[in-house]
Amino acid sequence: MSSPPPILNIVLFLPFLVAVVILCMRRLLKGASVILSVASSITCFICSLMLLGTVERVYPMMDFIHIDGVFDAGILAIVDKQSAGMLFIVTFIGMLVHLFSLGYMKDDEAQPRYFGALSLFMFSMTGIVLAANLFMMFIFWELVGLSSFLLIGHWFHKSSAAEAANKAFLTNRIGDFGFMIGILMLFGVSGSVSFEDLKSSLESGNLHAIAAAHPTFMTIAALGLFMGAVGKSAQMPLHVWLPDAMEGPTPVSALIHAATMVAAGVYMLVRVSFIIAASPLACDIVAGVGGVTALMAALMATQQNDIKRVLAYSTLSQLGYMVMAVGLVAMNPTHAGNADSIGHPGMFHLYTHAFFKALLFLGSGAVIYACHHEQDIWKMGGLRKYMPVTFWTFAIGTAALMGVPGLSGFVSKEGILDVAYGECKWLFTIGVVTAGLTAFYMTRLVVVAFLGKARSEGAKHASEVPLIMLVPLAALAIMSIISAVPSVANGLNALKPVVEHGHEGHTVMIFSLIALVVGAGGGFLLYRNRDSDPVSIKLFANKFYIDEFYAGLIKYGQDRVAWVVNALERIFADGLVARLPAAIVSKMGSQLRVLQCGRLQAYTFLLGAGVLFVIYILVFVLPAPGH
Amino acid sequence: MVTLGHYLVVSGALFALGLAGVIARRNILIIYMCLEMMLSAANLTLVAFSRFHLVDHLPDYGAQALVFFTITVAAAEVAVGLAIIVALFRSRQSVDVDSITKLQG
Repeated sequence: MSSPPPILNIVLFLPFLVAVVILCMRRLLKGASVILSVASSITCFICSLMLLGTVERVYPMMDFIHIDGVFDAGILAIVDKQSAGMLFIVTFIGMLVHLFSLGYMKDDEAQPRYFGALSLFMFSMTGIVLAANLFMMFIFWELVGLSSFLLIGHWFHKSSAAEAANKAFLTNRIGDFGFMIGILMLFGVSGSVSFEDLKSSLESGNLHAIAAAHPTFMTIAALGLFMGAVGKSAQMPLHVWLPDAMEGPTPVSALIHAATMVAAGVYMLVRVSFIIAASPLACDIVAGVGGVTALMAALMATQQNDIKRVLAYSTLSQLGYMVMAVGLVAMNPTHAGNADSIGHPGMFHLYTHAFFKALLFLGSGAVIYACHHEQDIWKMGGLRKYMPVTFWTFAIGTAALMGVPGLSGFVSKEGILDVAYGECKWLFTIGVVTAGLTAFYMTRLVVVAFLGKARSEGAKHASEVPLIMLVPLAALAIMSIISAVPSVANGLNALKPVVEHGHEGHTVMIFSLIALVVGAGGGFLLYRNRDSDPVSIKLFANKFYIDEFYAGLIKYGQDRVAWVVNALERIFADGLVARLPAAIVSKMGSQLRVLQCGRLQAYTFLLGAGVLFVIYILVFVLPAPGH
Repeated sequence: MVTLGHYLVVSGALFALGLAGVIARRNILIIYMCLEMMLSAANLTLVAFSRFHLVDHLPDYGAQALVFFTITVAAAEVAVGLAIIVALFRSRQSVDVDSITKLQG
């Protein structure tokens, strides 16, 4: 093994250094911290561009834990097409979000803290992307959770933001436990946590034997890893944190809760897809969970009125697509063999989705900024006239998300539907319906927010945002259009999935076009020139009452348990262990203090009595020595 | 014939008398004298045992040498003890132990 190239060190450790410097000395640095953070994000982007064409190999970055013959988990950076491509997405969008934040967070008092946390996030995310073993991935997995927590709760004086941050953190913790169980199970059998070793172990090692003898073991291990992805990528039933995470600043939503961190779950699943593929049941569950999430989230999105929440549910739905793709690809052994990175439809959708979803979020950020932090789409309207650049870029993002032919989203969605068509007709149906719903709610969003006439004072006085915020929008809009063009995609290490079905491909395309036309047309006709929502479906607006269900579960389940545990604690820990001995000692003390009278002769008397007592015992009670 | 038993009885009586005095009397000087009496009782026991414990048909003189040490140390102790009593009397104008309660909690 050779030492890593310097660019790899820079791309991983520079953001960390910057984050530490900023977070430790933010009062000292003030404005300089912003420059530091933005500069590091640009540097990382350049480094990641340089990494795109390098040799595929694993570089040891630093030692971490090494116990001879038992456990070896260093910080190793894996550089291959998947990680280099993902690194490009992360650093590219990260850089644009940094730039956008310059405008968006201009008036924020805690700007240094924000940028410090952003740099911390860049470090953690880079770590996940480069992780060559599950152990390292888990560490950075937790770190992105932490930075996400810090950024969601950036405006922590708002109780809703603080609660959302807690919710995100706690919900992720549930998934992380599953992840840890999965890692430990695999480690326990194979004795290694690195992807390479696991793979070879699965082909011809302990893991292979176990997989053959106990299929359930592999299923549980794979589902454990999947649970990590369910938490991080906000799949059902742990999806509840993502919509609430929109309490954070909008650029953060674009970077973390749309383009990169939530995609980390999918990225990890693709990395370990060979493990999932080892268990057919796990494949079915992964694909099923993805499909259900895609559909349910799309239904919820149709009835949301907060611009960011619509996008949040849309993100859930698209993540569901990706997860479904992972499961579907893993089902088919012929796919699974070469599903590492190249041509994985899930990974490809992740790649295109990152651009247009970040674009949509930044666009919504621009709208919110222009409307003086108004997020209700029914209080917007007519923004096309006031913010033409934002409108057109937003429209491009919307078109890409809906899957309008010629844009990136169409190509990648096609890839997923194609696999679904080949593997499972049910999931294909769900995919097509979701595509239609996506077209519907995105059309609704654009029509209500941008067309028609302004419905509030804020919207009337909206004006185009500053140039520093428009540049990222334009860059992302361009990427939304061209990212699926083969030459661009190849250059960025995100190869198009191979379409295997010759004539069936047309069927898939026809279905998805019908879904697009029906959804978009329906949305346009229904919402044109409306001042309030003509449809009202309580079930969707209230997100299928899942949050209420969880609240009830906690209220009636956890609170009862807590009551019992509390009672037990009071009786045993508090009473028997702590209070009772204390009471005994104190009682004895107050009895015995009578003896301490302070009179010399009383002591002498007791001494004499004691001596007599000892003599009595020695002479009359104990047997004489020698007998 | 005076046996070891006689010596021990006298010594025990001396000791008991001393102890009774220490416990019962209030005057610190008397208590002090009683303490000395208890010490003498111990010395007497030692000498008696030495006399009756024959090594090669001779008394064991080790114990008697020990008694000389005890007496010497007791003399030094008396000097210290009396000095303390004098100091006590100077500060309190009294030799009654019941009045010495300064350390009582």
